[in-house]
Amino acid sequence: MEHINWIHNIPFFSIFLAMICGIITALAKDGKVAFKIHTVMVFVVCIMSGLLLFRVVKNQETFYYMMGHFPAPWGNELRAGPLEALMAVTFSLVMLLTVSGGLDFIMKDVVAEKQPLYFIMLNALFGAMLALIYTNDIFTAYVFIEINTIASCALIMAKGTPESMVGTTHYLVISLLGSGLFLLGVSILYSITGHLLFPQMQEAIVGIFKTGEYATPLMVVTGFMFIGIAIKSALFPFHSMLPGAYNAAIPTSSGILSGLVLKSYIILGIKLIYCVFSELVMHTLKITEVLFVFGLAGMVMGSVYAMRERKMKRMLAYSSVAQIGYIYMGIGMGTRVGMTAACFHILAHAITKTLLFLCCGSFVEDNGGKDKIYHMRGAALRNPLAGVGYTVGALSMVGIPLLAGFISKVYFATASVYSSGKMAAVLIVLGVSMVLNALYFLPSVIAIWSPVKGVEKKPFAKVSPMFAVSIVGFIILNFALGVYYRPITRIIQMSIGLLAQ
Amino acid sequence: MNHLGTNFYEAASVILFGIGFMNLLLQNNLIKKFIGLNIMDTAVYLFLAAKGYISGRVAPILTDGIIDASHYINPVPAGLVLTGIVVAVSITAFSLALVQRLYKHYGTLNMDEIMRLSREEEGE
Amino acid sequence: MNEKKTFWKHLQAWVDGEEVILDADKYIVSRPKREKSDWRSHFTMEYVKEHRKLYMFLSIAISVLFIGIMLGVVNGLPEFGNPHNPANNEVMERYLESGIEETGATNFVAGMILDYRAFDTFAEANVLFLAVMCAVILLKKDSKNYCAQEEQEKYEDNIFDEREKKPILQMGGKVLAPLVILYGIYVILNGHLSPGGGFSGGSIIGAGLILYASAYGQKKMRTFFTFRTFTAISVGCLLTYCACKTYSFFTGANHVGFAIPKGTPGDILSGGFILPLNICVGLIVACTMYGFFALFTKGDI
Repeated sequence: MEHINWIHNIPFFSIFLAMICGIITALAKDGKVAFKIHTVMVFVVCIMSGLLLFRVVKNQETFYYMMGHFPAPWGNELRAGPLEALMAVTFSLVMLLTVSGGLDFIMKDVVAEKQPLYFIMLNALFGAMLALIYTNDIFTAYVFIEINTIASCALIMAKGTPESMVGTTHYLVISLLGSGLFLLGVSILYSITGHLLFPQMQEAIVGIFKTGEYATPLMVVTGFMFIGIAIKSALFPFHSMLPGAYNAAIPTSSGILSGLVLKSYIILGIKLIYCVFSELVMHTLKITEVLFVFGLAGMVMGSVYAMRERKMKRMLAYSSVAQIGYIYMGIGMGTRVGMTAACFHILAHAITKTLLFLCCGSFVEDNGGKDKIYHMRGAALRNPLAGVGYTVGALSMVGIPLLAGFISKVYFATASVYSSGKMAAVLIVLGVSMVLNALYFLPSVIAIWSPVKGVEKKPFAKVSPMFAVSIVGFIILNFALGVYYRPITRIIQMSIGLLAQ
Repeated sequence: MNHLGTNFYEAASVILFGIGFMNLLLQNNLIKKFIGLNIMDTAVYLFLAAKGYISGRVAPILTDGIIDASHYINPVPAGLVLTGIVVAVSITAFSLALVQRLYKHYGTLNMDEIMRLSREEEGE
Repeated sequence: MNEKKTFWKHLQAWVDGEEVILDADKYIVSRPKREKSDWRSHFTMEYVKEHRKLYMFLSIAISVLFIGIMLGVVNGLPEFGNPHNPANNEVMERYLESGIEETGATNFVAGMILDYRAFDTFAEANVLFLAVMCAVILLKKDSKNYCAQEEQEKYEDNIFDEREKKPILQMGGKVLAPLVILYGIYVILNGHLSPGGGFSGGSIIGAGLILYASAYGQKKMRTFFTFRTFTAISVGCLLTYCACKTYSFFTGANHVGFAIPKGTPGDILSGGFILPLNICVGLIVACTMYGFFALFTKGDI
């Protein structure tokens, strides 16, 4: 018997633990038990991913994990390196904080007998996101994309109001269009390469690219796969599903969907760029340029839509569109520096947007369900903790120094220097977008802190201890990422180097 | 490289995909929209199944004890189609359940009508 | 002074995201009128759908363009049925030539999806489970999904089920349902030897259950198949599936443990984990199919 490398088993354990907990939760008798199972599971995954991150960063290694008895081109495989481990740690941390902070919303808005079902979906969603992060097989990626779609739609509709059903239908139709295109891409890629695993596929694609055989299919298929992923991650022209869905869903769901689910597709996209299509093919086919242009358009248009919005949650949803635009702009720069900035922004946006959604949900609840911005006047005075949280989140999104959002903007600006011909566009749009961000975030911040005259003073809203812990945790994370960003960016740089090998 | 003449099945499948897509865009009725999505999925399965076929060979199940790769067709697309079909069934059931719930509340299957009613309900 | 005041009002309005704030409630009532002249409305789907003809033309154009591009792609794809295509490579050869030895299944597809690429299939079983749980969230009766008329209809249905004699349907159900279920079981048990397997067999059993339920009414069905049974079977089977696969993935990746005996290829008891996995999948699919039927018709299992 050989020595077992337990660290290498962590990706497999994390995915299976999440899936098994999802199945077991069906037997839980009420929401509280289900919540406990979920929290323990995410906590364990968080610790394990932390260990994995520590190890892979220390050894600067990337490893493949064989799912079963058969090696690469025959069996399924997982792939783990610093990027995957970092994302898994972030995802589990954010998930832990969001669900424990948003537990009250779940308990209030979901019918008691269906709360365990909500947690089934959460666990499955978490497992699917981990699988999308770790996968090294394109068809596995497709199946887990579908799990992700079903579970995220279930999170939106769990509220049970007609409004949320309409939002879910919209979200479902558009997501299914995206996964349909992805599946078509997978089948064409299979027929021209004959493989489904990333490394073998890459070899075949580079070969095809050099000989010039199957040039048209390769070009179209690359386009389809990235259109599919762009639709799934709500890049600008495909963003129409977000506002309705996020507005109608429970704040906890909205936070998870916007902070994590969209990001999991982007991470899959990044892996596809480096591990399947390779930088050479991406650049020659000009896919990066297209993503760059749409990213820029998303940055501006998302903010413009957000400015026009009167409902807070819809405003946050449009702000997500703008932030997704930032990430695609970073990817589209086509350099590793740009990719580093994009990855950092994934982290920054994940911790910031979930914070904003939780605080916004808390304000709406204090107001008895009124969700327009002018209803929010003085909300922070009644609920100072959520007010501070919202303020920190908003300032981070605008890009105030010491906060996570600032660092990612600095990195985007720096990265633009390295990509010739794109520098002017990046800097101008970055500036415009920052001003626009300030124009819609600052009014809402001022609104929640300004007292309302002539109305009797309402008592302080009760805040559950878990909500407090989670908000404080998010604020600390935000400052930590804004001040001690160096180690994180170093890990990201290293991991992109390893991915591209 | 002109294989349009021989790739009938693939050609048919992409035309079907286009028809499904058109259905999705043009139909206002939600059930018909989801039928459109289903047609799109099915078209991809036809494509995959066609890609697995090799002329003159038999289905990948042991026959007459022949263990030789040149006797059977490619089993990989069959497996992928099998997985895909189950996913499509699940998605269809889910979306139809959603449609049933919407119909119960709004009393119509027309997407535009539902959008209008929900906006009115929101109390703009 | 006056001007200053208006400035403040404007600032206040800006802060609130509104143009005017004097009387918010009044303002809400009068807003829809402004909404129409809002520049946004020119760019939404609604605007496009109002101009139905343009929309139809655009959709058809997009679809035709899509078909055109795809036909171009098909033109460049490998030839149909050619044994030298890229897809017919060493991967497929190993599945076909070593498949029997390595998995013990004479149905190469079953060997492939349940042993070589079992992770996908595990995810697929989970998709099914999640879909039926979504249907439960959506359709099972609760305080938010309830209306008196439906209860009334359901009550009448039950009376109808009890009183009405449906001799042909009931006789047919009595004769056919066991046969259909038996055939489903046959297909599942022979999944690793012949065409079929967990998914196809499971849906056949599900069809048998649906036939029985529609002939005898759901009340009779409840005597042996309740929501508890449904959950227990689905969860139990999925957990068994999980346990088997965890074992084989763990031992496979770490090169430890002992291999499951494969048996003589062609025997019913062969193929290692494939037979138990097929049974698990079959049960899950059968429950799921019946579950969909019950939830869609009555809103309860």
